[in-house]
Amino acid sequence: MAASNSEVWQRGRIVESRALTPRIRRIVIEPSLPVKVVPGAHVDVRIRVAGEDDRRSYSIVDATADGRRIALSVLDSPRSRGGAAVMHGLREGDEIELTQPLVDFPLRIGARRYVLLAGGIGITAVSAMAVTLAAVRSDYTLVYVGRSRSEMAYVGELQALHGDRLVLHVGDEGTPLDVRALVGAIEDDTELYLCGPIRLMDAVRRAWVDAGLDAPNLRFETFGNSGWFDPQEFVVRVPALGLEATVGPNTSMLEALEAAGADMMYDCRKGECGLCEVLVLDLDGAIDHRDVFYSEREKNATGKMCCCVSRVVTQGATPVVTIQTT
Amino acid sequence: MKDSTVNKVLDYPRNAWYVAAWDHEVNRNILSRTVAGRPLAIYRTEDGQPVALADACWHRLAPLSMGKLVGRDGIQCPYHGIRYNSAGRCISMPAQETINPSATVPSFPVVERFRFVWVWVGDPTLAEPSLVPDMSQMDAAGWTGDGLTIEVACNYQLVLDNLMDLTHEEFLHGSSIGQEELSESDFVTSHTDTTVTVERWMLDIAPPPFWLKNMRDRFPGFEGNVDRWQIIHFEAPSTICIDVGVAKAGTGAPQGDRSQGVNGYVMNTITPERDRSCHYFWSFQRNYRLESQLITTQLRDGVSRVFKEDEDMLIAQQAAIDANPDYEFYSLNIDSGGMWVRRLIERRLEAEGLLPAAPVAAIAS
Ligand code: FES
Ligand code: FES
Ligand SMILES: [Fe+2]
Repeated sequence: MAASNSEVWQRGRIVESRALTPRIRRIVIEPSLPVKVVPGAHVDVRIRVAGEDDRRSYSIVDATADGRRIALSVLDSPRSRGGAAVMHGLREGDEIELTQPLVDFPLRIGARRYVLLAGGIGITAVSAMAVTLAAVRSDYTLVYVGRSRSEMAYVGELQALHGDRLVLHVGDEGTPLDVRALVGAIEDDTELYLCGPIRLMDAVRRAWVDAGLDAPNLRFETFGNSGWFDPQEFVVRVPALGLEATVGPNTSMLEALEAAGADMMYDCRKGECGLCEVLVLDLDGAIDHRDVFYSEREKNATGKMCCCVSRVVTQGATPVVTIQTT
Repeated sequence: MKDSTVNKVLDYPRNAWYVAAWDHEVNRNILSRTVAGRPLAIYRTEDGQPVALADACWHRLAPLSMGKLVGRDGIQCPYHGIRYNSAGRCISMPAQETINPSATVPSFPVVERFRFVWVWVGDPTLAEPSLVPDMSQMDAAGWTGDGLTIEVACNYQLVLDNLMDLTHEEFLHGSSIGQEELSESDFVTSHTDTTVTVERWMLDIAPPPFWLKNMRDRFPGFEGNVDRWQIIHFEAPSTICIDVGVAKAGTGAPQGDRSQGVNGYVMNTITPERDRSCHYFWSFQRNYRLESQLITTQLRDGVSRVFKEDEDMLIAQQAAIDANPDYEFYSLNIDSGGMWVRRLIERRLEAEGLLPAAPVAAIAS
């Protein structure tokens, strides 16, 4: 499917906002410049957080055939950087600015078999794919993992749509996902589409490599917003620029450096391209690599980090990282 | 919207199978060809599967067709060496240890059928192989022949117009297949949602040079009059197979007995390239003297000469259209086949949102 990424901004009117779980709201929008939506698409939404213009990416969960109505689903978690609260505050009749659909995670039609794997709110990125695969009568399984059923959106709808093709793994019901077993059962011509927290993604990527499966058949989308550790406030120092900044738990190191006046290079801002890489000169703490740019080997070395997503953590005092920028 | 007659440069549906190449053109070299406005890099995997990728690298859009094939099914960008598999998924990024998760180029649905490689550049979820137009005479048992491709600098619809009305043979192809009975004889037009048929019979006429030669290939020394037929089968959006032939006059061909004649099929499928250019794939198939490679070559070369006359006219016509933007088309009764073709195409364009909806016809008061 053609990946189209020309950013066209438009207005959108909220026509529905309702709670799906205590922490997830479904938000239906009527965009002013509707276009047909392909599976794997997301929109970027312009929001104001703490007086600053900012943007967030949300997958399109479902849409009408003509794209005149698109639905997002937004999780508000303690780790959210303020965008979710704004989104949760939207009510019917409110207006927002958003892009036309962007596609970084295109579904390819024509694979022999598919596994769609969603962890938690990651279901928003793959549920439209499942609908399309059902429509073209592909062989697919939708695997949906969550901690507890009360926190998993759309379970009933997915069961109705996909029947036996839906496999649920619910932590507190004693049916957690065994990643090694799942990946071990995958055959050569299967494509796996994955969206979920970084722990799940790392586990699947590791199992995929160990199973000797074809790397290109593992496809995933990351919005670069989850890590192995809870975000913590830390200090970043840039001696060459004579700069020091405090990175709060809800901002990124890149944002903090920009706010402190550093001229930073970046592109994706979600841990994929590696353009925001900084050299780590000194480290008081440990790096929580949240990117998908570095290999496992590179992450074990601690000389570099992608400052758009990755963070620094310690057990006790405030962690400090001293860096050199490009 | 502009109505059928005055829409002089017609857009093309995207949700359709178009021929991208002959079977023999798709091999372990990379072919660069634009289909329905989409530049493609076309090749065959080591397993023989045809592949059509967007001809623009994910990274900086360098044309992949300038790259090289690697491994069993891959292609390497000529610029910074990113490699993709036949699904269009990046398989290696030379300067890093991981693969960017968004690194893909579109891989378009492809079907190889009737000696052609067909590609679908529209919505891939609609790309049903059963929608490939019927060109079965291309490789069915009992038929043989060969053809060529013409790159024509005109809107594809002008070629369809040309093939849907063969009265032009009398004027444009007077030395080979033209004869005055063509414009004098009656024809019958019919249509369905996806097809248009124009049928014309000329009874008890002297065969023109092309058909006399064909009759003598099958019936050495043949003299006399023939019954001649042209049955034009259009299948949307742009395939036209023309059942043509002559039989000894009065031997029952109009009633279905073609045993005393020669039968050919002029196979034409027109792939829009851009708005004013198209790839015109054609072949002349026959169902007699299958063993003769000489006849195959003679027919291909003979038809090729005839089609050169069409090509020259089509280019001149497109130039005149562009030079006279304020002049409109008018229609004749002989255009009924071509006008049905336009209407079927315009309905598809409308369904794809490529044509504004037709105004509701004014009700006469
Ligand atoms: S900006 Fe792309 S990885 Fe940070
Ligand atoms: S343009 Fe293809 S690798 Fe850079
Ligand atoms: Fe002609």
